[in-house]
Amino acid sequence: MSPVLAGVLQLLALIAALALSYRPLGDYMARVYSSDKHLRVEKWIYKGIGANPGVEMRWPAYLRGVLAFSAASVLFLYLLQRLQGSLPGSLGFVSIDPDQAFNTAASFVANTNWQSYYGEQAMGHVVQTGGLAVQNFVSAAVGIAVAVALVRGFARSRTGELGNFWADLVRGTVRILLPIAVIGALVLVACGAIQNFAGIHEVGQFMGGSQQWNGGAVASQEVIKELGTNGGGYFNANSAHPFENPNPLSNLFEVYLILVIPFALTRTFGRMVGSLKQGYAILGTMATIWVVFTGLMMWTEFAHNGPAFDLAGGAMEGKETRFGIGGSSIFAVATTLTSTGAVNSFHSSYTGFGGGITMLGMQLGEIAPGGVGSGLYGMLIMAIIAVFIAGLMVGRTPEYLGKKIGTREIKFAACYILITPALVLCFTAVAMALDTPSNSMTNSGAHGFSEILYAYTSGANNNGSAFAGLNADTQWFNSTIGIAMLLGRFLPMVFVLALAGSLAEQKPVPETAGTLRTEKPLFTGLLVGTIMIITGLTYFPALALGPLAEGLAA
Amino acid sequence: MSTITPTRPPQSGAPSARPAEAAGRVGGGLFDPKQLVKSFPDAMKKLDPRVMVKSPVMFVVLIGSLVTTVLAVKNPGDWFGWAITVWLWLTTIFANLAEAVAEGRGKAQADTLRKAKTDTVARRLIGKNEERVPGTELRIGDLVVCEAGDIIPGDGDVVEGVASVDESAITGESAPVIRESGGDRCAVTGGTKVLSDRIVVKITTKPGETFIDRMINLVEGAARQKTPNEIALNILLASLTIVFLLAVVTLKPFAIYAGADKQTSMIVLTALLVCLIPTTIGALLSAIGIAGMDRLVQRNVLAMSGRAVEAAGDVSTLLLDKTGTITLGNRQASEFAPVAGTTEAELADAAQLSSLADETPEGRSIVVLAKEKYGLRERHQGELAHAEWVEFTAQTRMSGVDLVEDGVERKVRKGATGSVVAWVKERGGSVSEDAQALTDRISQAGGTPLLVALEDDKGARVLGVIHLKDVVKEGMRERFDELRRMGIKTVMITGDNPLTAKAIAEEAGVDDFLAEATPEDKMALIKREQAGGKLVAMTGDGTNDAPALAQADVGVAMNTGTSAAKEAGNMVDLDSNPTKLIEIVEIGKQLLITRGALTTFSIANDVAKYFAIIPAMFAVAYPSLDKLNIMGLASPESAILSAVIFNALIIIALVPLALKGVRYRPSSADSMLRRNLGIYGLGGLVAPFIGIKIIDLLLSLIPGIG
Repeated sequence: MSPVLAGVLQLLALIAALALSYRPLGDYMARVYSSDKHLRVEKWIYKGIGANPGVEMRWPAYLRGVLAFSAASVLFLYLLQRLQGSLPGSLGFVSIDPDQAFNTAASFVANTNWQSYYGEQAMGHVVQTGGLAVQNFVSAAVGIAVAVALVRGFARSRTGELGNFWADLVRGTVRILLPIAVIGALVLVACGAIQNFAGIHEVGQFMGGSQQWNGGAVASQEVIKELGTNGGGYFNANSAHPFENPNPLSNLFEVYLILVIPFALTRTFGRMVGSLKQGYAILGTMATIWVVFTGLMMWTEFAHNGPAFDLAGGAMEGKETRFGIGGSSIFAVATTLTSTGAVNSFHSSYTGFGGGITMLGMQLGEIAPGGVGSGLYGMLIMAIIAVFIAGLMVGRTPEYLGKKIGTREIKFAACYILITPALVLCFTAVAMALDTPSNSMTNSGAHGFSEILYAYTSGANNNGSAFAGLNADTQWFNSTIGIAMLLGRFLPMVFVLALAGSLAEQKPVPETAGTLRTEKPLFTGLLVGTIMIITGLTYFPALALGPLAEGLAA
Repeated sequence: MSTITPTRPPQSGAPSARPAEAAGRVGGGLFDPKQLVKSFPDAMKKLDPRVMVKSPVMFVVLIGSLVTTVLAVKNPGDWFGWAITVWLWLTTIFANLAEAVAEGRGKAQADTLRKAKTDTVARRLIGKNEERVPGTELRIGDLVVCEAGDIIPGDGDVVEGVASVDESAITGESAPVIRESGGDRCAVTGGTKVLSDRIVVKITTKPGETFIDRMINLVEGAARQKTPNEIALNILLASLTIVFLLAVVTLKPFAIYAGADKQTSMIVLTALLVCLIPTTIGALLSAIGIAGMDRLVQRNVLAMSGRAVEAAGDVSTLLLDKTGTITLGNRQASEFAPVAGTTEAELADAAQLSSLADETPEGRSIVVLAKEKYGLRERHQGELAHAEWVEFTAQTRMSGVDLVEDGVERKVRKGATGSVVAWVKERGGSVSEDAQALTDRISQAGGTPLLVALEDDKGARVLGVIHLKDVVKEGMRERFDELRRMGIKTVMITGDNPLTAKAIAEEAGVDDFLAEATPEDKMALIKREQAGGKLVAMTGDGTNDAPALAQADVGVAMNTGTSAAKEAGNMVDLDSNPTKLIEIVEIGKQLLITRGALTTFSIANDVAKYFAIIPAMFAVAYPSLDKLNIMGLASPESAILSAVIFNALIIIALVPLALKGVRYRPSSADSMLRRNLGIYGLGGLVAPFIGIKIIDLLLSLIPGIG
């Protein structure tokens, strides 16, 4: 079988698997967030944290919950790393430096999982499993909770109430992420991923000398790393490491885990707003962008000309032979179009265009299908922008899902779309203008610029993948990327929740023949166009000086 | 039964004669290129930063122009810097020009109105005495006397007398109207002229706040406030401007690293910024709003706020008064239904004969029907010898004629069922059963039956029944179908009984009706629709309509109506033509569509500008980026200049569109979106590629640039 055909077949298998789980998972999640029953274990948790899950919250209260919980998480994770040296079960690793501990704490709480450390050389069992893996669950649950709050804003009327944050957080963790993670971990173990609490092994190498191999609860962390679109690897090599991602089957399964919840949430959305078709329209938009990006990525990576590339069947530098170009391209696009940031190959080694595709994927705001929860709310914000412009063209003031998009709504949406471009461009510009940060580049020219642009793109958009090549463990990068991650995660949430509150207060506008039909393919096309043009225009100059200059030169 | 006032049919020669309405479509105002020249001084005045800051996009352009001017002055030998500077200033001025032209059209109208507002002398009544005071000194509650030839000094209600008034100063309609105390025709407007008789007017508005004052403010745009949707759009445009500002500002350090410091001078970056920010829509936004109001003014409708115009586009329920809006004012004969033993032709002949002495519109319509349908020539009363005419009166409710033909006496009568039956029975005749059946059928169909009876040598008998019905105006059904496709529900309001109302509603094709409507019913209906999230539009003119007019999202008061109604509504139709409500909705929609279309166009334009400017800036640093120069522009300078020139010229090119509004045809949201996306979305992507290329070709002819 040719590598191209293998890649296409893998993509088709992936689409089939995602399609199979779309309805049951989407409907199940809608039930989880609509039910008023509490599991016994959930009641224990509520009692433990002193929350009353029955209280409806307006948006400021909901936001306070999100921010308070996340702030406590950052602090806890920071202290855990700072105290690692004195904690048992740390494999003898020392405490982490303040700047790196801040960066890592911010990174995992912001669902980014940017890692400026080498997992196997810095983090012991306690931090990995007791701190990082826990955040992999709850930061994902926070994302879904905020998305569900926005969906409730559309679904509810004449109330400002968006649900209960604590109930949404706990349910997302207990009823959605945990059960899937348990099954997923077993599958990964069956594929050959490791799961133990063994220590460090000295292993002899074929060519002489020795190297260290760590054991650890890898499969359990690997599964939530993908499922929660987190991306922080147990090992530095991330999903390229055979202990994390042993074979093509586990590779495809991991991509499936990355995409399954973000896609299925569009069904949940359709269910909760009472129109599955609206959910399909959003799904259609996400799927279109995802498939086109994957196709382009395979095309640019396979088509790369030159004798060495021809021998390898394409641009194989930085890719694992067991995944090939197909498996690597599919993974790279999935991880950057979601907020995952796990990697099974080195994005820096992709062709100029390939690197550009990974960057553009993140710069779109990670909405196709995006991070768990954040993908849905990011896409709904873009839908609001598209509706605002296009809605006028049908001769009515814009409305979406029966809610008017007025001054308040557009204010929040406009602020939302400002944040990440501002963070990415400003931090990159300052880093380029200063002397010290640019010393971290390993390459010169356009590729060197791409390294820094990629770092801030990844941080501010909560992706967490690295372009490789950049030495990011400096005080400058640890601090600025840490700030970019926190602001890039939580400022948008402020506007999403404010928007949700404003929508929930409105009374619904009935649909008539004069209403813009947002469930039609025409709208899907319009939404894709709006996303590509607005993001494209924002980042075109920066991309031109990095990946485009490189790609066009080839 | 109804207590609402039936709205009057439009006076002849009033609105229906206007070409725009005759075409039945929202037409645009005329645009004369000379207006550009005429408005130039106004455009320059608007360069004041305090004015410019209201439009964030254009304010950024102004700042950009100032920056490049300073740079050009510092380096006077740089022709490129000067060229960019000139075109940036032109961009700013073109934007102001668009607004000035839009406002200029209102100014002409305001001047005419001002003439009507000459200082009048009021004859104020103090007890029984009159005193002469300037019109500006009148206070609310003052009583003034106006006689033939007087200009009414202020807005008020007639409290005594009847007069014919020339309101052409406001309505442009020369036919005088009657104003009388009490009832719904008591309102008079300051600045109009009494043509006959004497009236006493109680002043209801303060000087400076009269109808004419408000009209002047409105058409001049002085009272113009940004509408909610305009504010929302401005926020979005401001946020896009900030995004592009960031993209351009951060480009400098990137460029320095890339080794393109020289190619990204402050002038080039400013040019890039101005090209990227949505200047097209930013420049035309307020002109679109003013032009929308102006299109209403051209149709003699005054919107008291832009918000009302916007709401008109969103309306999903229209309340239409039956009489005058859906039906012609009077009932008309539509059918002759003979009883057994009589032919239709005999009935028609008898009906015509008996109606010759009936001068009411209904009587005339019988004669007309007999002529049109049965070819019966209209006979005149003098033609028939030995004829004794029985005129129609409200008491007898019958008309007819007594004839002697060939020595036989024939008496023909036509009239209301009860009267004719009594007449026949008096003469010993009987009413056949099928006459009763015909009468019932017509009543059930919502019509009014009139009996025709004859007495001759064979005795007295009923010949048949004339079917009088409300005549639905031509083309109404099609209009309602269009409205339905646009997602607008029509509700007919009538004082008729439900049976009649239903029949007319079905014939006219309205979606729903409210029969035996009282003002309370109307109000309840509006509230019910609004509770469901719908926006409601209605017309009204009576004082008892005022609460409903105030409650409706779009309340159009007829100018003939009371001051209470005019005060309560948010629009006034000077022609007092309730059918215009449909056009108002269309104008509202057209305004929103124009805004959306130009926003889409403006944003889509940016793609081509990048393809012009990015290679121009960076092809030296990264030669590979020259591949992005897909337009094959001659030189970096000409590429950047071409983009800037295109950006400026497109504003002027679109001014007529902004003023006239995007062509609007009622259709479903889907087909409208497809059409406008095709024209303004795809068109916006493609047009600048062609435009910039052409400008570049022309520029490259200039020595030293190509």
